[in-house]
Amino acid sequence: MPDTLSLSQSQPQQHAFNPYTENGGTILAIAGADFSVIAGDTRQSEGYNIQTRYAPKVFRLTDKAVLAVNGFAADGNMFVKKVRQRLEWYRHAHAKDMPIRAIARLIQTMLYSRRFFPYYVYNILGGIEEDGTGAVYSFDPVGSYEREACRAAGAAQSLVQPFLDNQIYFKNQTPAPGTSFPRHLPLSTVLSLVIDSFTSATERHIEVGDGLEIYVVLAKNSPSIQGLRDVRGVSELTSTDDGERVFVVRRELKKD
Amino acid sequence: MAQPSVYRSAGFDFSNQIRNNFLAEKGLPLPKATSTGTTIVGCLFKDGIVLGADTRATEGDIVADKNCEKIHYITESIRCCGAGTAADTEFTTALISSNMELHSLQGGRKPRVVTAMTMLKQMLFRYQGQIGAALVLGGVDSTGPHLFTIHPHGSTDKLPYVTMGSGSLAAMAVFEDGWKANMERQEALDLIIAAISAGIFNDLGSGSNVDACIITADHTEMLRNIEMPNQRVQKERDYKFRRGTTAWTKEDVRKLIVEEQITTLTTGDEMDTS
Repeated sequence: MPDTLSLSQSQPQQHAFNPYTENGGTILAIAGADFSVIAGDTRQSEGYNIQTRYAPKVFRLTDKAVLAVNGFAADGNMFVKKVRQRLEWYRHAHAKDMPIRAIARLIQTMLYSRRFFPYYVYNILGGIEEDGTGAVYSFDPVGSYEREACRAAGAAQSLVQPFLDNQIYFKNQTPAPGTSFPRHLPLSTVLSLVIDSFTSATERHIEVGDGLEIYVVLAKNSPSIQGLRDVRGVSELTSTDDGERVFVVRRELKKD
Repeated sequence: MAQPSVYRSAGFDFSNQIRNNFLAEKGLPLPKATSTGTTIVGCLFKDGIVLGADTRATEGDIVADKNCEKIHYITESIRCCGAGTAADTEFTTALISSNMELHSLQGGRKPRVVTAMTMLKQMLFRYQGQIGAALVLGGVDSTGPHLFTIHPHGSTDKLPYVTMGSGSLAAMAVFEDGWKANMERQEALDLIIAAISAGIFNDLGSGSNVDACIITADHTEMLRNIEMPNQRVQKERDYKFRRGTTAWTKEDVRKLIVEEQITTLTTGDEMDTS
């Protein structure tokens, strides 16, 4: 029988508790001339187990801003909740939606305020700038951020980002003599690239799959709406009549 | 001066242990082998054994092979499913297969499943779990059908239905729900497919297709990719690059055909080859 007396007199025991976990999945965003596309798969996993086949990672914040969160799902959901609360306070104080570059700076300060107990999430913010251009902002877990044309994050970042660098920025490609590569791609091309990124990541990464949600934010009166005309499974989420418009495209991904 | 012994002492050699621990501490761990996070199963039915396996091989969280073969040949009527380190399952089953062939030639009789099982467990035990092979061994011999699981440390089980690998819990759930004694051939095959499918869809370490193998007293049927529920979808775009896309710094064209001038030096007394 164990000696209870010696147990009570023994050295204090320390138990390591790790409050974080990694829930897999991948997100990406691409900015166009007058639109922005933000996408994520819907699988949530832990180790070799699937916790759910439908857990959204991409969230509409306003009619001109969409936020994708990836990493520790519990932190991600809480973070989105807190950002939305701050945006609501802003709306009550100023009677308008916060501009996307202000949301980006807000997210930076919110992340850095937890510098020594961080939200374990990678954020990508996509939407329309006040001047009507498409924007993508990407963050690290403690608030360092940058405006870019495209960014992938999460489990399959190492698979998707090089593909995007090649197809969006035309890295390692030389143009035909007398021509140059376009600065911005049309919406239909961008949507195809996003779908192919996720079907390919699903093939080779075990944590990516089940479902795909692609959010499209269009600038006011954008002609890019043509690119959504014959897209399968698209629905509109816009809340106002005369401003930016938000759409979501939902697709199935492989479930193995 | 005393010479060091030219003989190796009995037992295991741990002389590299300190070196390896030191290297691991310095950030140079032993190389990680391809592990088949797997679902493999086997089940007994009226006339014999059915084995099943998925076809995904992984390296960490990356899929290394989308359609690998995990049901290995031991003899004509004995087969073995492998989970764990891919190289270990391939080499151990190949070695035991070879030894089983020699063994049956020596005795002039059809080999038995227990013989393969004993060879495998003794080899795995000798390597103290360092050979990462988790096996499901099944077959039919003169004493009837037999089904075993063999763990990496060498322990074995003899059961009417078994599962192994990372998808073993998902597959066993299906067996516990649906297994009956004395099933028909088709009934047993359907149960195997359902068990492997449970692994494919619910375990991230398993995926792609279903392989099965039906072993009866007089016939073995290998059913490769009997079900393919995870075909790749059509890509949206064509990723063909224009000729001249890749930048180059130097051009150097070399002729592969060697041109040579042959001058015959006729002396007048060559052999007549006409």
